[in-house]
Amino acid sequence: MAGALADGTTTSVALTQAHLDRIAAVDGAVHAFLHVDAEGALAQAAASDERRSAGSPLHLLDGVPIAVKDVLVTEGLPTTCGSKILEGWIPPYDATVVARLKAAGLPILGKTNMDEFAMGSSTEHSAYGPTHNPWDLDRIPGGSGGGSAAAVASYEAPLALGTDTGGSIRQPGAVTGTVGVKPTYGGVSRYGLVALANSLDQVGPVTRTVLDSALLHELIGGHDPRDSTSADVPLPDLVGAARRGADGDLSGLKVGVIRELAGDGWQPGVMARFTESVDLLVGMGAEVVEVSCPTFVHALATYYLILPAEASSNLAKFDAMRYGLRVLPEGVASPSAEDVMRATRDAGFGDEVKRRIILGTYALSSGYYDAYYGQAQKVRTLITRDFEAAFAQADVLLSPTAPTTAFKLGEKLDDPLSMYLNDLATIPANLSGVPGISVPSGLADEDGLPAGIQILAPALADDRVYRVGAALEAALLDAWGGPLLDKAPDLEGTL
Amino acid sequence: MADALVDYDDVLAAYDPALGLEVHVELNTHTKMFCGCPAVFGGEPNTQTCPTCLGLPGAMPVVNGKAVESAIRIGLALNCDIAEWCRFARKNYFYPDMPKNFQTSQYDEPIAFDGYMDVDVDGEIVRVEIERAHMEEDTGKSLHVGGSTGRIQGADYSLVDYNRAGIPLIEIVTRPILGAGAKAPDVARAYVAQLRELIVALGVSEARMDQGNLRADVNLSLSPKGSGVLGTRTETKNVNSYRSVERAAHYEMRRHAAILNDGGSILQETRHWQEGSGTTTSGREKSDADDYRYFPEPDLVPVAPSREWVDELRGTLPENPTVKRARLQAEWGFTDLEMRDTVGAGAFGLVEATVAEGCAPQAARKWWLTELARRANESGVDIADLGVSPAQVAAVQALVDAGTVNDKLARQVFDGLLAGEGTPEEIVAARGLAIVSDEGALGAAVDKAIEANPDVAQKIRDGKHAAAGALIGAVMKEMRGQADAGRVRELVLERLS
Repeated sequence: MAGALADGTTTSVALTQAHLDRIAAVDGAVHAFLHVDAEGALAQAAASDERRSAGSPLHLLDGVPIAVKDVLVTEGLPTTCGSKILEGWIPPYDATVVARLKAAGLPILGKTNMDEFAMGSSTEHSAYGPTHNPWDLDRIPGGSGGGSAAAVASYEAPLALGTDTGGSIRQPGAVTGTVGVKPTYGGVSRYGLVALANSLDQVGPVTRTVLDSALLHELIGGHDPRDSTSADVPLPDLVGAARRGADGDLSGLKVGVIRELAGDGWQPGVMARFTESVDLLVGMGAEVVEVSCPTFVHALATYYLILPAEASSNLAKFDAMRYGLRVLPEGVASPSAEDVMRATRDAGFGDEVKRRIILGTYALSSGYYDAYYGQAQKVRTLITRDFEAAFAQADVLLSPTAPTTAFKLGEKLDDPLSMYLNDLATIPANLSGVPGISVPSGLADEDGLPAGIQILAPALADDRVYRVGAALEAALLDAWGGPLLDKAPDLEGTL
Repeated sequence: MADALVDYDDVLAAYDPALGLEVHVELNTHTKMFCGCPAVFGGEPNTQTCPTCLGLPGAMPVVNGKAVESAIRIGLALNCDIAEWCRFARKNYFYPDMPKNFQTSQYDEPIAFDGYMDVDVDGEIVRVEIERAHMEEDTGKSLHVGGSTGRIQGADYSLVDYNRAGIPLIEIVTRPILGAGAKAPDVARAYVAQLRELIVALGVSEARMDQGNLRADVNLSLSPKGSGVLGTRTETKNVNSYRSVERAAHYEMRRHAAILNDGGSILQETRHWQEGSGTTTSGREKSDADDYRYFPEPDLVPVAPSREWVDELRGTLPENPTVKRARLQAEWGFTDLEMRDTVGAGAFGLVEATVAEGCAPQAARKWWLTELARRANESGVDIADLGVSPAQVAAVQALVDAGTVNDKLARQVFDGLLAGEGTPEEIVAARGLAIVSDEGALGAAVDKAIEANPDVAQKIRDGKHAAAGALIGAVMKEMRGQADAGRVRELVLERLS
């Protein structure tokens, strides 16, 4: 698309309009978007076309439209985080990543659906209804960033931003056949990202190709003085790494397969695609070693103590006083501030959010802090040590991104624990802050649905995931005879 | 409830007081603790705010380096260890004027800890141990509209001003101060006064108690005499003058004793100080089990001041107040009593500044401790807040030294200063206060006085010079005090010898 814009084959207005048309045609069925800003996007597109015709120096992605997960604040555009409690809130400022998109001239198509406050693995916990997987509308698109993944997979947007706290970019990427990247913690500013769990959250790209992700990552990444946890070091050359990877030579590269994240209990079709991918990497000269990360089995439990603890504190600000929903309790003559807060939070928060607030409040409370939160932080350190030991043996680590392909909508809604298992393979990276990418690895034989492979690298070595990811993508493209997404059902035909 | 307080001497006969002070200092940094908003007092409500200090979803804090520097300097001045590595924590609780519903503070990892301050209590040095000094952010302010009291009860609605939200605070916490006995209230007062002097000397805060830049919480408990067991404490919040700190401690000792004597037990609670009645009233019940669910603030990287920086900051500290006091007492030639009175009146820094403006030390002391102390007392403010500056006092004394006015006329100059009539020179001119030294006018007045008092004149002619006073008095009266008394005496004796 960037190429077509550059050589004048198309214009940003035409591209943006085409995507808006596609949204109008299919989003009724997919429900990837919570809010579409046709007017704003077209205005930004027109401005981009003007810049281009004036011969101004442009970012490579100038004029390419993008969708943004609704957890990132956008000045003048509604931001709900998939929650009723923020219904109608229009932020007065832009997240740093959004400001960078705007500065580079990317028209913003709208805000994408998500699990409420990014809590979930299926986008069924959105207060505004679930998103459907474009491969099979009866199935989940992954979560919590199912909206962004589905928007890209259904050709409603060429690029999207997601956020990944325990796998919310990579896992939806795997089940929708798209590329999703969780950058190194601190590599992309979190300023303006409504925090789920601050020490785990990371903004990242959702795209159709590895190169697109690299371009988008370089655009949004880098130090932000407004985020004190953002790394004040230059980003590695991600686009260069993706281009080198696409040339296909991986000689001298050591890839480690994580024993604990592949094997029994994983869907056979997912494992089959994974094994094939590893073989392809070997074919390009990579050496495979098996590594063991024994503490990863505790990652899920650790995550479900740290995340709710931080979330319970973050969500305290939604008190009905200054923005968003305000519900007056019934049958109370002159309600106190506490009465209003109670009624609002009862009506405004969904079950999953309430579940985690209670869990987090408990984990932090005096008398339980050491047993739960404190203990979880210790295990977190052990997981980081496992990574260090593994990266001493291999340049990158591999696993399937998710244990299964997309399950049916509603199938696991009443079983939170089984839902949580979907993020088993992705969570360790968030606990340690290392970067990871999910690249489509093909369709599982059982159900014909997409599976993904996850490539992890040491912190700040994001270029490695792009190099290996692009190499694998190129090899798979040859094997499939075209992009995987082209094998997806034509939605307009099926509606 | 104990309506009748126990007589103070009886309190001391039966109980040992334990005192603890928590002082919040608002730093005078240009910007807030975690954002770039201006950190200045006042302003139209909610004009000095941004997404971060309003706690909007998505906004993130960044630590103000200047505030860390001030915190370290305060810590060093209090002889504390400075942490090599420390963090901020979230203190989670719901409070209407706290935008995030958690306060970003420091919990188990304060920037400064284990210090002390040697406090001069009426000439006796008492060592107050400092447990910690930590950084945190201030809250906003609620304004309750409607109702008669301005308090939340009975109000029609409440408004919140977030201009103050996020202003950097340093909280300085003492260890329990034991063994002060009858002097506990004096120790409390002297500690706060000396701490404030130190803060002013460091230049890290305006430290104006009347504007809430420096707020003291007075913790007090009683234990049966000699038992050594700490009793249940109360915490009297936000006491805003030295005198009130002393009175609050005094009052709580008598109130606790009354309850304990009746066989009651003290409720652990916060108390509000009532300036008018000199009493405290019940606030919020507060147990040690308050569950703030502290955990490290994940949005802020740890603070790790380098040893080089700390040493550099050590070099910027003002002279230790105790050492400085001894030095200046010697320089000024004050007696112990004069010095004690000066410090006790909260005038030490003012005298120092006045001397620095060129005024003789005794003259500076005289003005602050008599004339200005009296006026401050009448207005019910600390003399520092009276509205007269050390430079003005020095200028008034310069007029006295030059013979332009005498002490009596100088008092009228202070009237003019307090009424905002301009500089001392302008006031002298406008009010016509200058001493008359015109020989003709003085001579005429002297002749008139001799004529009116022939008996006195005769006595002086007979050699009784001591009688001249009566004639001088008459001349001064005639001249409405604006005569040079020495010259008048000379003229009287000239004419009558």
